[in-house]
Amino acid sequence: MHTIFFKNKPRIISTGTIAGPKECAGIVGQYVDKALPDDTFGESTYEKAECKMLTYAISKAMENAACKEEDIDMLISGDLLNQIISASFAARDFNIPFLGVYSACSTMSESMAVAASLIDGGYFQKIVAATGSHFSSAERQYRYPLELGNTRPPQSQWTVTGAGATLIANQGSDIAITCATFGKVVDFGITDVNNMGAAMCPAVASSLLQHFRDTGRKPEYYDLIVTGDLGALGSRLLKDLTWEKGVDIQPNHVDCGEIIYNVVEDEFQGGSGAGCSAVVFNSYILDKIKKRELNKVLFAATGALLSTVSSGQGESIPCISHVVAIENV
Amino acid sequence: MTGKNRQNYNKNYIDYVHSFEPPTKHFKNCFRAFLVGGLICCVGQFFRYILESAFSLSGDELAGTVSILLIFVGTLLTGFGVYDRIGRNAGAGSIVPITGFANSVASPAIEFKTEGMIYGMAAKMFIVAGPIIVFGVLAGTLVGLIYLFL
Repeated sequence: MHTIFFKNKPRIISTGTIAGPKECAGIVGQYVDKALPDDTFGESTYEKAECKMLTYAISKAMENAACKEEDIDMLISGDLLNQIISASFAARDFNIPFLGVYSACSTMSESMAVAASLIDGGYFQKIVAATGSHFSSAERQYRYPLELGNTRPPQSQWTVTGAGATLIANQGSDIAITCATFGKVVDFGITDVNNMGAAMCPAVASSLLQHFRDTGRKPEYYDLIVTGDLGALGSRLLKDLTWEKGVDIQPNHVDCGEIIYNVVEDEFQGGSGAGCSAVVFNSYILDKIKKRELNKVLFAATGALLSTVSSGQGESIPCISHVVAIENV
Repeated sequence: MTGKNRQNYNKNYIDYVHSFEPPTKHFKNCFRAFLVGGLICCVGQFFRYILESAFSLSGDELAGTVSILLIFVGTLLTGFGVYDRIGRNAGAGSIVPITGFANSVASPAIEFKTEGMIYGMAAKMFIVAGPIIVFGVLAGTLVGLIYLFL
């Protein structure tokens, strides 16, 4: 049993989201709190811009719920940069206890699950879970300099510039986190760092199957099963992998990475990065839940736990996916 | 599971993933590379004619000056953020000529400027071009040795 059921049903009371220009040209543009006209956000470096975006998302989530810093008991956050600097540096600006978490692009669902657990246990009343990523800072850390004239392989994805924060409280709205399944690290041996979707797919499949096994629910129970950033190729693989095990998620599965971009320039398989699921889920999907167009949503953000050192040493890519169920009650 | 045990990966899955990967469009890529690479060479040849007639340069002087000019253009276009766009479409066509080498030195220099002039810009300048220089020198030495004994 890897699933915990929250008896007190912690509530999502508000969100804060921000996204870059390329992302806002797509589906999330009209749902985010702030659409950035340029991806530097007025900062001198992309790392600072990423941190500022995260800070903005956290403050906006508090502002949207009319909460002050003193009302928040804990900030749970992480990001993709080494030593999760964006999250810790953003936390520096708040007078709130901070819990840094890392599970790459699965950080959103991990921080939500941890926040919900702490609230359900009665230890805290209000917790902000947040994460973000920036294309340019991720590109520099994991790949090549921005101005280098190299080509991107067709199976690659584009790191989302954006951040999202969720304010979770013990009461205050109808949107509840009802259960969470913590994922295992799964590695099927994919070594191609440009094919994150294929690497992450087995991890999501494992977590989703575990969730359905533990809860006894069927995929039809949910109006929507949202995965993080598998991209088009990864989504296709996931449907096959789960179908093979007798679970058909085809009719109600959607992938944040696959839907985030409108224009097809060099995004190829779609978006990736911690910000991808954070932005899409906290803006677009939660808006639909708020309007009750969707009532039961399963959210499985997906993370590839590699580093440039590990891939340089020829290691394959271990991946993880944490799952949270969000329902209107 | 540790070390060697992890070699028992799911080979079926890896093969299955490969069957889904979008194929590389070799013909299209080669054609674009030919076009852009050829164009860069034409620009070089154009410089050559100009320098020859206007400054009456010849031999090594001429070849050196043309290279310097091409490196300058490559670096300038990198600074303007144009070269990576050309490279994205042209592939090898813009990587192989000397302008591509200029781009591979200039782009990390721009990128790591934020970490300071010495530990950032200067230290990281050759992260992409480093291997080219190392193996270039090595190959040059080997060929030189063969030439010496022939």
